Amino acid sequence: MDRLAFDIAHLLAGGLVLVSFVLLYQDRLYALLNVYALHAVVLALSVAWQAFVQAAPHLYVTAAIALGFKAIVIPVALHRIVERLGIHREIEAVVGVGLTMLAGMALVALSMVVMLRVTAGAAPLAREDLAFALAVVLLGLLVMVTRRNAVSQVVGFMSLENGLVLAATGARGMPLVVEISVAFSILIAFIIVGIFLFRIRERFDTVDVHVLDQFRGER
Amino acid sequence: MIRDLAIQGVEMLLVLLLAPALTGLVRKVKARLLRRRGPDVLQPYRDLLRLLRKEVVLAEQASWLFRVSPYLIFATTWVAAALVPTFAAGLLFSWSADLIAIIALLGSARFFLALAGLDVGTSFGGIGSSREAMIASLAEPAMIMIVFTLALIAGSTQLSTIAGFMASPEVGLSVSLGLALAALILVAIAENARIPVDNPATHLELTMVHEAMVLEYSGRHLALIELTAAIQLLLYISLIACVFAPWSLAGAGQGIAAQLVGAAGYLVKLAIGGVLLALFETAIAKMRVFRVPQFLGAALMLGLLGTLLRFVSGGF
Repeated sequence: MDRLAFDIAHLLAGGLVLVSFVLLYQDRLYALLNVYALHAVVLALSVAWQAFVQAAPHLYVTAAIALGFKAIVIPVALHRIVERLGIHREIEAVVGVGLTMLAGMALVALSMVVMLRVTAGAAPLAREDLAFALAVVLLGLLVMVTRRNAVSQVVGFMSLENGLVLAATGARGMPLVVEISVAFSILIAFIIVGIFLFRIRERFDTVDVHVLDQFRGER
Repeated sequence: MIRDLAIQGVEMLLVLLLAPALTGLVRKVKARLLRRRGPDVLQPYRDLLRLLRKEVVLAEQASWLFRVSPYLIFATTWVAAALVPTFAAGLLFSWSADLIAIIALLGSARFFLALAGLDVGTSFGGIGSSREAMIASLAEPAMIMIVFTLALIAGSTQLSTIAGFMASPEVGLSVSLGLALAALILVAIAENARIPVDNPATHLELTMVHEAMVLEYSGRHLALIELTAAIQLLLYISLIACVFAPWSLAGAGQGIAAQLVGAAGYLVKLAIGGVLLALFETAIAKMRVFRVPQFLGAALMLGLLGTLLRFVSGGF
C-alpha cells in the first residue's frame, strides 16, 4: 500500500513536471491556455491524492480551489482576453524550442540535485514533492523569461504558482487561511495583469513586452 | 544446450518469415481505412520472390561497396532481431549481447545504407543519405536515454532480464516507464521511416528519406533491402512488446506448452502493433523535413526526463 501510494504521488508530481515541459513547447496561444488548464487539473489530482495519503482533509479544499479557479476560471478568462485583444495567435519566443528544452532539462537536473541533497532527512513523499515542486517553479520562470508575449508570461507566472502549491502540499499543507488568501491574491494579481494587458495594448498596439524596453529608451 | 539452440533457431526463422506478413498487414489495414480494398496480406512475399528472380541492374560507377551493402545491412539487422526475445525469454544469443549491442548493430546497418546511397553519386541518394544521417544523429541519443532509463529501473541492459523484471509485480507504477514508452514509440516511428517522418508508400517525392537512398537498387539487392526494412519494423514492435507487455513470454527453461502460448501471444501482440501503427499513420499527416529535429528532440527530452525522474524515486 505504502509503495503504491508513493508511486501514484510520484506519477502525478512527475506528470506535473511533464506538463510544464509541454507548456514550454507550445507555440500557439490557445494551445498554451489549454495546456495550462491541464496543468491545473494535474495539480488538483496530485493535491487530492496527497490529502488522501496524509489523511489531511483541508488539502481537499486546496485541490478544489486549484480545480475551480486555475483549471476553469482563469483559462476561460484568459481565452476571452486573447479574443478581445485580437492578438496574433503565435507566440514569439526569444530563443528556439530546442535551446529552451535543454535549459529546462538543466533546471530539472539542478532542482533534483539541490533538493535531494538538502532534504536528506525528510520523509520520501515530502522529498520527492519538494524536488518536483522546485522543478515546476523553475520551469515557470523559464516560460516567463523565454516568451515575449505578455499573455504567455502570465501563464508562466500561474504555472510557477502551481509549483508553490505542490511544495506546500508536500510539507503537510499550509494553514487553510494562508491557502485561501494565496489563492485570492493570485486571482487579484490576475485581474491586475489583465487590466495591464489592456493598457499596454491601448498604448502600444501590441502585447510584445519588447516594446516596453524601447519605450524606456533601453534600446 | 541443443534445445536452447533449437529455440534460438526457430526464433530467428520466425522473425524472417513473419516480417513481410507484418508489413502486408499494415498496408492492408491502411488501405481498408481509406476504403480501398488494398493488396493481399501475403503480397510482400510475392514481391520479394519476384525481385529475387529479376536480374540486377548496376550503375556503371557502382563500387564493391554498393554490391556488398545489402548483404551487410540484412545480416546486421537480422542478428539484431534475433537478440530480441519474441516468444521466449532467455535466448541463447541474448546472453552475449544486450540492448546497447542491438542499437550498435542497427546503427552500423544504417551507416552502410547511407554509404551505399552516396556511392553511385546520384543527387537523390545524396539527399537521402544526408537526411538519414540527420535523423540518426537525433534518434540514437534518444534511444540511448531510453536504454538508460530502462536499465536504471530494471538494473540490467539485458533484454531477458528487463522483460522478467517488467513481468514481475516489483515494477510498480512509474512515470519514468511511461516517458520511456512514449520516447521509444517516437524513435521507432522515425527509425522505420513511418509517416510523420517519412512516407514508406511513395517513390518519387522530394521529401522522402529511406526510399531516396535505395532508389538505385534493383533485383535481389532490392529484395534484401525491403526484407530488412520489414524485419526492422518487426524488431521495433517486438522490442516494445517485450519490454512493455512481456506477459506471455515463456521463461528460460519452460516446456513446449509454455512456448506455444508465448508464440500465440506474440502473434496477437504483433497484430495489435501493426493495426495501431496503421491507425496512427492514417490519422496523421507527414511533417516537413525541417520539423523532424523537433519531433525527435521531443523523444530525446522524454528519455532524459525519464532518467532524471527515475533518480528522484531511486534516491531512497
